[in-house]
Amino acid sequence: MSLLHDITPEWFQDSTRIRAALFGAVLAVLLLDILRRLLGESLAPALLTGYLWNGLVFGLVIGLAGVGLSLTYDLLGFANFAHGDYISISAFIGWGSTYLVAGLGEFSPLNLFFLGVGDTVFPRDVGISVTNTPGAVIFGLVVAAVGGATVALLLDRFVYQSIRKTGAITLLIASIGVAFTLRFLIVFLYTQNSFGLTVGAWTYALSLPGGAVNISAPDLMLVTVAVASMVSVHLLLTRTKLGKAMRAMSANRDLARVTGIPSERVITATWLLGGALAGLAGFMIALFQGTINYQLGWTLLLLVFAGVIMGGIGSVYGAIAGGVLIGLVTRVSQIWIPASFAEAVGFAVMIAILLTRPSGIFGSDAL
Amino acid sequence: MSGPTDPIGRRLPDWVATYWEQDLIKILGTLAVVYALYLFVGLLLGYDLFGQLNSLRRLTFLIVVYGIAALVVNLHWGYSGLFNIGVVGFMAVGVYTATILSRPVAGQNPTGSLPGFGVPLPLAVIAGVLTAAAAGYVAALPSLRLRDDYFAIVTLAFAEILRITFKSSELQEVTVFGWTFGTGGGRGIRTFSNPVRDFFETSGQPLVTAVETVGVDGRVVPDWSFVFVLLVILIGTYWLIARLSASPFGRVLKGIRDDEEATQSLAKHTSSFKIRAFVIGCAILGLLGIVWQGASSGYVTPDRFIPELTFFIWIAVIVGGAGSNTGTVVGTILFVGLILEGPGQVRRVVEEFVGLSGSVPTFPDALGALVGGNIDPLVLYLFDQTSALRVILTGLVLIWLLKRRPQGLFGNRQEIASSVDLKRLVAERRENKSGAQVQGGDGD
Repeated sequence: MSLLHDITPEWFQDSTRIRAALFGAVLAVLLLDILRRLLGESLAPALLTGYLWNGLVFGLVIGLAGVGLSLTYDLLGFANFAHGDYISISAFIGWGSTYLVAGLGEFSPLNLFFLGVGDTVFPRDVGISVTNTPGAVIFGLVVAAVGGATVALLLDRFVYQSIRKTGAITLLIASIGVAFTLRFLIVFLYTQNSFGLTVGAWTYALSLPGGAVNISAPDLMLVTVAVASMVSVHLLLTRTKLGKAMRAMSANRDLARVTGIPSERVITATWLLGGALAGLAGFMIALFQGTINYQLGWTLLLLVFAGVIMGGIGSVYGAIAGGVLIGLVTRVSQIWIPASFAEAVGFAVMIAILLTRPSGIFGSDAL
Repeated sequence: MSGPTDPIGRRLPDWVATYWEQDLIKILGTLAVVYALYLFVGLLLGYDLFGQLNSLRRLTFLIVVYGIAALVVNLHWGYSGLFNIGVVGFMAVGVYTATILSRPVAGQNPTGSLPGFGVPLPLAVIAGVLTAAAAGYVAALPSLRLRDDYFAIVTLAFAEILRITFKSSELQEVTVFGWTFGTGGGRGIRTFSNPVRDFFETSGQPLVTAVETVGVDGRVVPDWSFVFVLLVILIGTYWLIARLSASPFGRVLKGIRDDEEATQSLAKHTSSFKIRAFVIGCAILGLLGIVWQGASSGYVTPDRFIPELTFFIWIAVIVGGAGSNTGTVVGTILFVGLILEGPGQVRRVVEEFVGLSGSVPTFPDALGALVGGNIDPLVLYLFDQTSALRVILTGLVLIWLLKRRPQGLFGNRQEIASSVDLKRLVAERRENKSGAQVQGGDGD
């Protein structure tokens, strides 16, 4: 009778369990293949460890950004496509501030704040790194968080607040408009160029069979900041009144309102928190990559969505775990697939998750 | 009979408003206004006849190609409720398939260009359209179980996966079973020669010569002819979608859009309807990719298929109003004429008359000068950044529309399902009760 039913076999349509089993089987085959390659020495342990470390660090950034996206997705009920560009713009503000603090007195403040756009200041002139100028880097990190929170709050006031009642899709479309406006505002201010940010920092070479794994100071700082922020969010959600209000609203918005939870205040707090986490993630991903350009957050956005969806929307811990998994997948997949497809693999995994278990690996079945 | 409810119609004098009710008048009227603006700008800039014709041709070309894509988005979103933000992906599939198939076989083509399969162009075009349709099927088939926002994320991810694939250096040139072909990677690939232009270089040449004897550059003939061919595709798309939406098939689609469960309870297999609507749209997008990105420039690169393009197409639909084909076309004319091409036109006029020269490469330079009391560098910088400004402008227009008039100019996503317009009946009753206090509805 229908196209759909003619083509797809029944077991595929109806049984989530079978699809999950299929998924598991593929995963098992891949793990066995890694083992085979390790034993057959076609894959050096150092290379695999390198992928894992790199994937963990990258995944923590995705998770950090994902916590913010997941919270706003859950409490406000829409997928914020501008979240990636909150990440970019706060990263630019944060790194501009780092440059300003580190190079003040030597170079023009305007050139410093705009990261030397037009080749007026080069990274080697300012010489920023986590180990050389920790103060400037931490200052920039704080400014990025404050910047992200401010941007998120302002956009809520000017864009989302008045259309909040019109439904998830209107908000989603509005967020696409916000995303492009922010992204090209960055192009307008900084051009489309990529900026190198730092000079080499202290790095520890962990020697393993088949080579060495580089563990750098930026990596360690990133892991520390990510874990510290995640613990803070956990404490906020479980130990404070605000956190409890947020969880209550996430569970049932109407019920929360009836019981006297000030929903507007909770929404404001959610934006502030989500924006600040986006700012932290933006600053850290730029530090991790060593460069920044206007597409920084946009290229991250779908991976962040992937992590959030994998973890189950609304689950903070799911967002972290999902982010780390996506980070690992994009790196470890390089054993089989060229590096230029790393992102594509992340997106493909997300689509696979959506099709097999749209409520996420850690989410509840109800959707 | 109440008057028009759209913001343009309401502002017109009564005798014009009655004509305005007709769809064709809406489209042609808007087009005439935008044309007049461009002719006026051309006059200010001192264009000759060729210059004017060329400026209008560029405008018309963009309106037509954006119009076709916008009509597809209207079919997907306006009629079927499918939130497709991976529009560019299906265009890319169409043009890349047609190109790779139609490139000459290795050894038979000039050195240095990428070989292909040597399939005749018409067959390659058909294959491109079919592949785009198949890609639509692959994307939609499993995704239909998902919510709107997930569907959006999947289509976007799908388009990005395709772009990454076409861009990857690994597929730049590959040899499989003795056949050498490839995507050209980030550098792109030469497509195929434009049949319309070829015609005027051979058997159509006398026409070009005839025009040149009148004293007009002969290039207008092939260029405008190509635009007319695209126009035929636009009209065909419009006709097809209008027929679809008026047919029982289209009524089911609208039913799905408004309330999928209710439609299911009427024993309609909604997934099948949605898939068919999606696949038809994707086939049209494939064809559009071939004629727009392939035939018009003779070269295609993955960077043509960035998400910005999808965003622009969506804006055209939202300006005009999802759920209305006429609105979509009018929205496209306004979007292309005013938002996409407008800033460039303003820039040209200002440059002509203000006489600023030079260029300011960065924003801090402009800002520094502004602090020093000199505004010229900022203006120059704004000119240099027209392409960024128009995306910003587009975003702001979208946000403004969603706040002020989410249904667009002629939005019609909520239609009256019953034979009696209950809303109007209620409004009339209320009016009778409370005198003449009630305002005319905004047509929500």
